[in-house]
Amino acid sequence: MNLDERKYVLIGGVAFICIVFILRLFWLQVVDTSWTARAADISERKITVFPSRGLIIDRHGELLVANTPVYDIMVVPREVKNLDTLALSQLLNVPMDQVRERLRKAREYSVWKPSEFEKQITADQYAAISVHLYKYAGFYAQSRTLRTYPPHVGAHMLGYLSEVSARKVEEDPYYKPGDMIGVGGLESFYERDLRGKRGVKYVVVDVHNNIQGSYKNGQYDTLAFAGKNLYTSIDLKVQELGERLMQHKKGSIVALDPRTGEILALVSSPGYDPELLVGRVRNTNYRLLQQDPLRPLFDRALQAQYPPGSIFKLAQAAIALQEGVINLNTGFACNKALVGCHNHPSAANVEQAVQFSCNPYFYNVFKRIVEQNEVPNRFEDAALGLAKWKTAMESFGLGHPLPLDLPAVKGGSIPGVNFYNRIYGEKAWSFSTIYSLSIGQGEVLVAPLQMANLAAIFANRGYYYDPHLVRAIGSPDSLNTHVQRHHTMVDDKWFPPLVEGMRRVVNEAGGTARAARIPGITVCGKTGTAQNPHGKDHAVFVAFAPMEDPKIAIAVYVENSGFGGTWAAPIASLCMEQYLTDTITRPDVMQRMLEADLIATEGNYTKFVSKRRKQ
Amino acid sequence: MKARDSIARNIDKPLVVIYLLLMAMGWANIYSAAYDPEHANLFDRAREYGAQSVWICASLLIGAAMLLVRGEFIRDLAYPIYGFVLLLLLLVLLVGREVNGAKAWFGVGGFGIQPAEFSKFATSLALSKYLSGLKTLKEVRSRVVAGVIILLPVGLIMLQPDTGTALVSGAFVLVLYREGLSGNILLAAILAAILVVLSLIMKESVFSIPFTSYQFHGQYFLILLLTVFAFLAFLVVRKFVLKHRRRRIYAFLLVGLLGSAAFISSVDQLIDRMPIHQQTRIRVLLGLAYDPRGYGYNVEQSKTAIGSGGFLGKGFLHGTFTKYKYVPMQSTDFIFCTVGEEWGFVGSSLVVLLFGALILRCIQISDRQRSRFTRIYAYCVASIFFLHLMINVGMAIGLAPVIGIPLPFFSYGGSSLIGFTLLLAVLVRMDAERLEHLR
Repeated sequence: MNLDERKYVLIGGVAFICIVFILRLFWLQVVDTSWTARAADISERKITVFPSRGLIIDRHGELLVANTPVYDIMVVPREVKNLDTLALSQLLNVPMDQVRERLRKAREYSVWKPSEFEKQITADQYAAISVHLYKYAGFYAQSRTLRTYPPHVGAHMLGYLSEVSARKVEEDPYYKPGDMIGVGGLESFYERDLRGKRGVKYVVVDVHNNIQGSYKNGQYDTLAFAGKNLYTSIDLKVQELGERLMQHKKGSIVALDPRTGEILALVSSPGYDPELLVGRVRNTNYRLLQQDPLRPLFDRALQAQYPPGSIFKLAQAAIALQEGVINLNTGFACNKALVGCHNHPSAANVEQAVQFSCNPYFYNVFKRIVEQNEVPNRFEDAALGLAKWKTAMESFGLGHPLPLDLPAVKGGSIPGVNFYNRIYGEKAWSFSTIYSLSIGQGEVLVAPLQMANLAAIFANRGYYYDPHLVRAIGSPDSLNTHVQRHHTMVDDKWFPPLVEGMRRVVNEAGGTARAARIPGITVCGKTGTAQNPHGKDHAVFVAFAPMEDPKIAIAVYVENSGFGGTWAAPIASLCMEQYLTDTITRPDVMQRMLEADLIATEGNYTKFVSKRRKQ
Repeated sequence: MKARDSIARNIDKPLVVIYLLLMAMGWANIYSAAYDPEHANLFDRAREYGAQSVWICASLLIGAAMLLVRGEFIRDLAYPIYGFVLLLLLLVLLVGREVNGAKAWFGVGGFGIQPAEFSKFATSLALSKYLSGLKTLKEVRSRVVAGVIILLPVGLIMLQPDTGTALVSGAFVLVLYREGLSGNILLAAILAAILVVLSLIMKESVFSIPFTSYQFHGQYFLILLLTVFAFLAFLVVRKFVLKHRRRRIYAFLLVGLLGSAAFISSVDQLIDRMPIHQQTRIRVLLGLAYDPRGYGYNVEQSKTAIGSGGFLGKGFLHGTFTKYKYVPMQSTDFIFCTVGEEWGFVGSSLVVLLFGALILRCIQISDRQRSRFTRIYAYCVASIFFLHLMINVGMAIGLAPVIGIPLPFFSYGGSSLIGFTLLLAVLVRMDAERLEHLR
């Protein structure tokens, strides 16, 4: 037997092993890329650097919205060792079964990557927890910020933050699941400015999850840019006062500066404390607010649309003067056969008509606008007249949404020729069909913002600026230059007599809003009462002051409160006084307004309020 | 002088070059595996490469010194060296330092010495000496003596316990085969291994007999299967084989069948009595249990490190996965991960090929010897390197069970480095003297 040949067994073995190993290496390293992915998954971390969200500030530099730090407790399952679940459960105040369940879920997600174990622990709570946290291997805290609202006002206009929806994540690659995004209000409208730009840092971690350095010297990292602050025109004191005055009432207040279009206060009632929609309690509270029959989530200032009632007469008169269908001294008898009215002397001129808010007078005014006898056919003539009227009305910022810098601004409705043709058919309607428009009833709808804007037009004697909330973004000086001035189609000369009428409404005997007077300041205003098929009439009051040099225009709408002079006028008066003089000289009026509860009998609002949780 | 010259001339340069190459690569690799920017100096004692650098220098010195020692001298000292190592293995059990549950170390200052690493060298010498004095390996006595030479240190090492190092002695079976041990023994060993694997796989499943509620475990099914095969073989033999030869084959079939059945049952018993972690290791290797967080974790991490290297690797000192300690024992048993991650497919294949070349060169050297002693010794060296390569790299890439043995010249540790250097240096010297035997 030649034993020499036996060496080939070993030689063959060596060759075989080398070939097998090299094939295996080729498979592992070149063909099967999942190992590379696994290594990256285990040893590389993408750290998102969240910029701080921009603050929202009032016109005097007071904070409306700020940020407050909270802490998330994170867990890396593979580092959890000798966990005392009972102690952890007590420390974090999480039930035992939840502790196990969350650990199971975290493990399911990834054993190497951190998962959220407990979210949004407040700084106070964290102070107590942090000293013990080191005992729990695998657990650590990660700080982030939540919105906070120091004055607790302006929930509707400010909006809130919520986790971004799956659809938004698909649409906009900037957002990742779990990101917060502004919903409603300024938070939503100025989302891009407020959010800043998120940064990303790629790091390499060791087996103990300690960061060992940046990945590839940070060549894939991006810088984070802080969100820009919003400098709004809101006057915090007026806003606060408005919200207090409107408590236990349904309705809204819109105040603006007629000289610029800057919104001073935007109140919708019933409202809610914006803190209710922050953090862990948001979902619970949101559901409760949503179920509340008084609809506190509904922004009445921008989205409610009401028949304007008598305040509409201001625009009617101006258009009639411009059309030349009446003159300053046109008088109409208060003929209650045409349309109902209250008891007052017949108006001998336009000023008195406004002062007395005479319904038959404006019945006649609107009749003359619509029936200008340009064509013989009564129906065709009405269509021509109404078309002119609609165009003129629209120049008062009615019938279309004003370009406010908030989402979901409603524009009301000024019915036109097409509208009535659709309902009644062409040439099938005439003045007698649509006469209730004359006194702001019927198919006309106006949002409270537009009412305030109407007041601003009369304050300016003929024009308005685009209403807006934000004066500057980023730094206080970068003024908003997109604001445009809009002239109505009515000549300036027709306004002073109407303003005089508005003065009389407040200041003369027989005026409907004597409760709106402010000592030492001439207030001009106009009340309105809109019939409401569901209950008591809605009351509205628009005003501006001072008469000579208007600095504030305001609309107050109080639902189901009856006559406009009773509730709406004093509330508007107090708000204007606060803004103009920074004082309240009539504590008795104030007290009466605060105590008035116009919805106690109607809803179970208080029940819902008491159920809401704060964190 | 003349003799010295001829020896210098006859030194096997390819082997030396491969040795130096592997040594250099190992050095760079240890540096990378244990790299710490704060202790970047290659000789910084705070890191493993500091000590390793000292060991490498020591190995080179020892290797060079061994080249000056005449082969005859070593050969004459084969038994004393063997005896001395046995003594050390005994001593270490008594006064050794315990590391990772094994009493395998003598502590000398900051360094540790692991006598088991020198037992390969000593056993190779003793076995070569004994076998070179024999005409044939057919006598039972000589087989027993050879077995004792191999198994004495194995037993002592098992007592430490260091199963990995003990297993490397399997290399000597290849030597015995080369020197005339019946191939049937080797074949039987391979068949036994296949049976073990099969019965382990079958053990997992339960078979039920159709139409009855009776169930039995897979290993009985395996025995049944073997019986059926044996019966079929019996029929075939009866039909086609000449009558006078049948008897032997029948006997073989019967003994084989009974032996296999007994073997399968005893494997079953043995596995059940194994510590649970060893059972799991075997099961993970066979793909019967997927357990990346448990016993399969090392292998899984090792494969990840190697697999993430890609074709060209991440580059020297840029292997993040190994650098940040994701692989356990990455500077010792799993050192190959660093090679795979930093040098990619190209680098790791090169290492495998270099080891292949080293082993083949040793076989080639063995072939050209006139001295039986040198021939057998060279074959021992080749077999030892072969086993280390097969087990260590095989384990790192998930083809072999996790058995803790070093990758020569790469793994951290002075004893193994010096041990392997000794093996090669003595071989080179004796090979360089091969022409002197002509005289």
